[in-house]
Amino acid sequence: MTPLAAYLLLSALLFAIGLAGALTRRNAIIVLIGIELMLNGANLNFIAFWRFGPNPEALTGVVFVLFSIGVAAAEAAVGLALILSIYRHYRTTNLEQVDSLKG
Amino acid sequence: MTAPIAIIAVLTLAAAVTAMSLRNLVHCALMFMAALAGVAALYLGLGAQFVGFAQVLIYFGAVAILIVFAILLTRGTEPPREPILSKAWITGIAIAVVVFGVLSAMVLSSKALTREPGPTPQLPVHQLGAQLMTKYVLPLEVIGLLLTAALIGAVVIAMHDEEGG
Repeated sequence: MTPLAAYLLLSALLFAIGLAGALTRRNAIIVLIGIELMLNGANLNFIAFWRFGPNPEALTGVVFVLFSIGVAAAEAAVGLALILSIYRHYRTTNLEQVDSLKG
Repeated sequence: MTAPIAIIAVLTLAAAVTAMSLRNLVHCALMFMAALAGVAALYLGLGAQFVGFAQVLIYFGAVAILIVFAILLTRGTEPPREPILSKAWITGIAIAVVVFGVLSAMVLSSKALTREPGPTPQLPVHQLGAQLMTKYVLPLEVIGLLLTAALIGAVVIAMHDEEGG
């Protein structure tokens, strides 16, 4: 197995762990942590492709990861503000109790 | 993949699994920070020093601290009495396993990944800065605007409204 394939498998595993957490946990904050782990797995892919790709002198992978980290920061700020707002309204962060829209 | 990198990778994955499975939210956040540190170390190992330091700065300095604050403000420090997994947890785990299976099957069967790696590419920060100011200046400005809008939006959403708006 080449190093690139090993890194891709590692980031796929990180992505799957984050996905499992985001889909199974009840607490909204843990769901957000799972989404951040998935983003980290995707970023690791970009860096691995930049390092082992045919054109490392093009900095596209690195620049994409920098922008992706910026978007992740914005997403975390808005997501946690929404969780705080939900907590104030429902007095819980348990996602199974926040079901006013359920038919 | 050399031995130190493999050890860091194993530690990162272990920290990620613990972050997703512990009961106490504060412990989850701490293990999440450990996983972020592992990913930053992997970036350093891959030769992307600037990205590794940006990861430490933004994820440790901003995102992890924000998560800890959110845990404290939502009284998440007490471990929950009810089960931590949702009712449909079997489906969630199954979906994650299927996604990983598909991804790893693609990676292992791909013929494009058999190329032997070259030497570690150089990543001078001044070159990165020059690229950000010339070729990628539009995305840079857009992300500045996005961050401003997102942070103002976060403040407005989380602002306490006594009048019940």
